[in-house]
Amino acid sequence: MSELPLLSARDLGKLYGPRIGCEAVSFDIHEGEVLAVVGESGSGKSTLLKLLSTELAPTSGNIRYRMRDGVTRDLFALTEAERRFLLRTDWGFVRQDAREGLRMSVSAGGNVGERLMAVGERHYGRIRGTALDWLGRVEIDTDRIDDLPRDFSGGMRQRLQIARNLVTHPRLVFMDEPTSGLDVSVQARLLDLVRGLVAEMGLAVIIVTHDLAVARLLSHRIMVMRHGHVIEQGLTDQVLDDPREAYTQLLVSSVLAA
Amino acid sequence: MNAQAPAETGYNFAYLDEQTKRMIRRAILKAVAIPGYQVPFASREMPMPYGWGTGGVQVTAAVLGPNDVLKVIDQGSDDTTNAVSIRKFFAKTAGVETTTRTTEATVIQTRHRIPETPLTDGQILVYQVPIPEPLRFLEPRETETRKLHALADYGLMHVKLYEDIARHGHIATTYDYPVEVAGRYVMNPSPTPKFDNPKMHRSPALQLFGAGREKRIYAVPPYTDVVSLDFEDHPFEVQRFEKPCALCAATGVYLDEVVLDDRGGRMFVCSDSDFCASRRDAGHRGEMANAAQPAGQS
Repeated sequence: MSELPLLSARDLGKLYGPRIGCEAVSFDIHEGEVLAVVGESGSGKSTLLKLLSTELAPTSGNIRYRMRDGVTRDLFALTEAERRFLLRTDWGFVRQDAREGLRMSVSAGGNVGERLMAVGERHYGRIRGTALDWLGRVEIDTDRIDDLPRDFSGGMRQRLQIARNLVTHPRLVFMDEPTSGLDVSVQARLLDLVRGLVAEMGLAVIIVTHDLAVARLLSHRIMVMRHGHVIEQGLTDQVLDDPREAYTQLLVSSVLAA
Repeated sequence: MNAQAPAETGYNFAYLDEQTKRMIRRAILKAVAIPGYQVPFASREMPMPYGWGTGGVQVTAAVLGPNDVLKVIDQGSDDTTNAVSIRKFFAKTAGVETTTRTTEATVIQTRHRIPETPLTDGQILVYQVPIPEPLRFLEPRETETRKLHALADYGLMHVKLYEDIARHGHIATTYDYPVEVAGRYVMNPSPTPKFDNPKMHRSPALQLFGAGREKRIYAVPPYTDVVSLDFEDHPFEVQRFEKPCALCAATGVYLDEVVLDDRGGRMFVCSDSDFCASRRDAGHRGEMANAAQPAGQS
């Protein structure tokens, strides 16, 4: 592991016409670190995630990323081909809606194998073996390998999405509300699984969530956003147990105790 | 423009006006320069419905000269409706000589087959293409498929083949089997059986593909590598037939199944009618040859 950050954002901003998507966001993330971005709807969380994953181009600021060869490069100076290669090898993106992150008409095995085939794997037996291995790791019965994701439950779809993303051993994974829409017991299992995989693979994760419990369980550090600005950031426990900003205090106190 | 004399008053040579033919030839030149790349062109209305070969007819019209000899086949046969009417169309509008002999033809327009007789230098094979985009059923967005072609991002094609093997135990795609041309573009060979894919590889003939409805032209220049996509442990294979042709006893050719009666009677005959007839003329006889019509009149 390197002393240098894996990804560093500086003064990142995105304007939608006169409206602010997000503004002046700066942070570093290292390998093995989980960063949660929390805030209410419309606070700029999703805009920030789209900027980081290069789906949107920023209005200001830059993002630098340390590639696998150790060279740190400006993400927006990459060619389209390099960017796509990065997206399907070194990065993962777990979507809120599994239908966006999966190919619903392709079998579970095909979904997991797609990234392998995209980077040139041409041996059916090996692809299938890897897919079986990954289905096992995300606790999907291996005899479901030829079933379509549309026949899967919500929790299984999310786990399949995780397998599909992690199969190329990425170093950085973006997660956009991965547990919303799941019932609590399924949420708990998914969080357990993610926590295990993060520790085992030394992943860096940037997770966007409005659920403070998810942030507390998974993340090491937390960024609280409001109206497109980061109003508070720090260690998760510190921020959640002793919030400094009035808004964060409100957010923490709004959590319903079971 | 020195427009050539029309064969019948009211038509320019080969139906299309000279400016249109120039436009199509430009597209063809670009297609030949970038093997396998789909070149957009301003496809015209033709006096036939889409799906009947409007793309192929426009390409043929653009490459046809007064000294060319034209052959038209449909599913390998020279005498089905589509083949007969397109042949008549050019006999009428261009006054060119037509033939059913593969060896005599300089331009062959085809739907769904490549002739069994090997093509030679100087021949042009024109394919009628319904769906030129190999990624169409995997990625519905045209903007995205173009990007995937531009970046040679063809992982999806293998996902399709993977699904085939996972579902059927083998690659079940039997026609329109995707190929990689000259090590770069992935291309649909039009709905020819995959049996014909190896014939495209390093063929001495120029192969042109016209899709009228989709407004695309693409090409495989002579002696170009055409490789069918596959997996290392599931290599590409062509269909095999248990019996030889029932009429001419040819083996290693593509056969059509013909149902003879309602009691399960059937025969397998060459799909390439010209190839079968010339073999029978040369004295080859299959097991049902005597029961069938004499050679040349099938």
